[in-house]
Amino acid sequence: MTPLQGCLLVSALLFAIGLAGAVTRRNAILALVGIELMLNAANLNFIAFWRYGPNPEALSGMMVVIFSIAIAAAEAAVGLALIIAIYRHYRTVNLDEMRNLKG
Amino acid sequence: MSPAFILIAIVTLFAAAAAMSLRNLVHCALSLVIALAGLAALYLNLGAQFVGFAQILVYVGAVAILIVFAVLLTRSDATPNQAILSPGWFTGIVVSAVVFATLGWAALNSPGLPKETPPAPVATVKNIGDLLMTRFVLPLEVIGLLLTAALIGAVIIAMKEESPNSSRSRGNEASLSGKSEPPHVGSYKAKEGGAP
Repeated sequence: MTPLQGCLLVSALLFAIGLAGAVTRRNAILALVGIELMLNAANLNFIAFWRYGPNPEALSGMMVVIFSIAIAAAEAAVGLALIIAIYRHYRTVNLDEMRNLKG
Repeated sequence: MSPAFILIAIVTLFAAAAAMSLRNLVHCALSLVIALAGLAALYLNLGAQFVGFAQILVYVGAVAILIVFAVLLTRSDATPNQAILSPGWFTGIVVSAVVFATLGWAALNSPGLPKETPPAPVATVKNIGDLLMTRFVLPLEVIGLLLTAALIGAVIIAMKEESPNSSRSRGNEASLSGKSEPPHVGSYKAKEGGAP
């Protein structure tokens, strides 16, 4: 197993853990944490391909990761603001109890 | 693969699994901090210093604090009594296992992956800054605009909205014989005043 394949396996496992958490947990905050873990797994893939792929001096993978971190920060801020607004409305963060679209 | 990489990867994966499976949400947030710091260590191990420190600054510094504040503001910091997994959890686990099997099979059997390890590339902050100011200047501006818009939007969403009845009827409150409800500025205003 080459180092690149090791990185890819770690990233795949991290993605699967994040997906399982985002799908199965009932708390909305933890679903968001699972999405963050999936984003981080994708970032690890970019860094691994930048390090072991051809033409690393163009720094393309690194640039994608820098922009992706910025987007993830914006996503976390908006997602948590939505969760807080929903909590004010429903008095719960349980995803199974948020059923009605009409407010 | 160096032993350091394997060690950091194991710590990161265990912390991520703990963050997704513990009952207490504060413990979950703290495990998430360990997982994100482990990822930063992986980036440093792979030679991406700038990205590693940006990861520590943004994730360990800001996103983790945001999550802890959200846990405390939604009062879900107590250990829940009922089930923490939704009813269809088995399907979710199976789906993610299938996803992992597919990704792992692709990673192990792809013929196009480069086999040999190239020498470590140099990625100084000067190179990154040069590229950000020349080739990637348009994405940089767009990201700045996106961050500004997203943060303003987050503040507006999380702001306590004045209920439309009270704000609209405030002008003709006298003609309505004072029947309108008083504006609901209860606990949240007091709590927001205390936060810095």
